[in-house]
Amino acid sequence: MARVVVDVMLKSEILDPQGEAVLGALPRLGVNDVSSVRIGKRVEIEFDENAQNVEEQSRVIADQLLANPVIESFSLSIEGA
Amino acid sequence: MSARVGVVTFPGSLDDRDAARAVRLAGGEPVGLWHDDAALGRVDAVFLPGGFSYGDALRCGAIARFSQVMDTVKAAAAQGMPVLGVCNGFQVLCESHLLPGALVRNAHLRYRNRPARLRVETSRTAWTRLYQPGSEVVFPAKHGEGRYVADEAVLDELEANGRVVFRYLDNPNGSMRDIAGVTNEAGNVVGLMPHPEHAVDELTGPSTDGLGIVASVLAHLTGAVDTSGVSR
Repeated sequence: MARVVVDVMLKSEILDPQGEAVLGALPRLGVNDVSSVRIGKRVEIEFDENAQNVEEQSRVIADQLLANPVIESFSLSIEGA
Repeated sequence: MSARVGVVTFPGSLDDRDAARAVRLAGGEPVGLWHDDAALGRVDAVFLPGGFSYGDALRCGAIARFSQVMDTVKAAAAQGMPVLGVCNGFQVLCESHLLPGALVRNAHLRYRNRPARLRVETSRTAWTRLYQPGSEVVFPAKHGEGRYVADEAVLDELEANGRVVFRYLDNPNGSMRDIAGVTNEAGNVVGLMPHPEHAVDELTGPSTDGLGIVASVLAHLTGAVDTSGVSR
């Protein structure tokens, strides 16, 4: 069974206010040597036993639904294909 | 016979009833459309209202894009049918690639709910033709993900071709270049974050400036005003 992990991140030029908020909270933890925090999404997809073209189908899912290419980029990793 | 304006209800839409009421108050005939309708039922224009379609799962508007009704709306928009998206409707139009850019979390991360002062930048759209360019209007804004972003080349193109339709006078969310609303190349598809349908009655809104949106499309549809410059 193929398992695909898709990581979706805001493009670097898009401000990530959630990451900024986390960065701002770090000194409260006593952590002072972090220069940037960016928050994204991890999506885990499990294909059926006999699924074909797993990479191609994953790319369609990621490109057309999971990520909005206007603001986000994605990377795929396929396990057990 | 007054023009028929379809108001789409997705699971999670909130402002569909106010949108229908605004259509009625401005003199149009609202027609309810359901998200899995494949047919538009002879409507002359379509209003995509605000709310949280499909619970904002994944990204605002991302799932609504794949609904049956949007296939039909996309085809109709390509033929020149006027389509308006407000708030979540604007997000759906961007996700559907009917409008450029995207709407992301407000820069300050807070949900913002207050009247927004806007400048109408162009009357060369099906939905703004009765406004004076440069005039100020007040529509309520209420959103957590209304920060308009696009890459610089797209923003330059929008500015150069008069496709920025509304601009915030007090930017409430960090939108690039204070953009509150944009249009497509043909001027028939318009999206904006603030809510003209909540500004149609002195009792319940901060102004009645929003009546001009539906009035504009009715005028556009009946050819009551010069429509050169906007493709039908």
